[in-house]
Amino acid sequence: MASINDYAQQLTELRPKLITFTMLQIPDRNYAEDLVQDAIIAAIESIEKYEGKAAFDTWVYSILKFKLIDHIRQKKREQDHFASDEQETDIDGFFDKKAHWNPDDAPQQWHNPAELHLRTHFWEVFDFCLLHLPTSTARVFALRELMEMDTDEICECLAISEQNCWTILHRARLKLRSCLERGWFLKEGEST
Amino acid sequence: MKSCKKATYLMSKQLDAQLGFSEKLSLKIHLMMCGNCHRCNKQLQTVHHLCAQRSTDLPNSSDKA
Repeated sequence: MASINDYAQQLTELRPKLITFTMLQIPDRNYAEDLVQDAIIAAIESIEKYEGKAAFDTWVYSILKFKLIDHIRQKKREQDHFASDEQETDIDGFFDKKAHWNPDDAPQQWHNPAELHLRTHFWEVFDFCLLHLPTSTARVFALRELMEMDTDEICECLAISEQNCWTILHRARLKLRSCLERGWFLKEGEST
Repeated sequence: MKSCKKATYLMSKQLDAQLGFSEKLSLKIHLMMCGNCHRCNKQLQTVHHLCAQRSTDLPNSSDKA
């Protein structure tokens, strides 16, 4: 079992990542830092419940995730106006005039994706890709896929239409797919 | 449905909602004819499942060791 020092060290190293993740949903840095602080304290207070079933950082993320979801649900009526970043997330570049895939952007074969979630480095590439999406797009994607909210609730919290939500997720997924393919799958293919 | 862009929209939407009958049918036919979209559809599903699995990540098999 890891010592207190190990956990303290890991929490210190994890903190900047937790703040970046939180700032996707709460742009105010001070507020985001406070929430991360709360999550870290909660992790320390319940460290005895950590059974080592999940990776330590995943466990801390899940504590933060619940705090964030609570925050978003409480604040839904006070949300800032949701600024859609339509132009920045334009995905037309992936397709030709007839809306077929451009040869350079067409999906390539991915090798062995099944075990990927166990690979820490994959998630580093994934987080890089996520954080390079335009802010509002990344925000909706994270709510849906990482915080597992359904689109009904996302629409209610952000005061956007369901149609708008699907459009944003469509763009997010295609951009992320392309980024993952370039950043992970093609490189993996080269190295094997 | 001829457009790959539109097909990708439906692939994404089906991860969030139930598609209507005609949406399902036109997507299915498009996927049978288009290799790029067929791969894309599998990949979007892979990413969707990976995200869900991320929270149940097991410790010892992590390559962080």
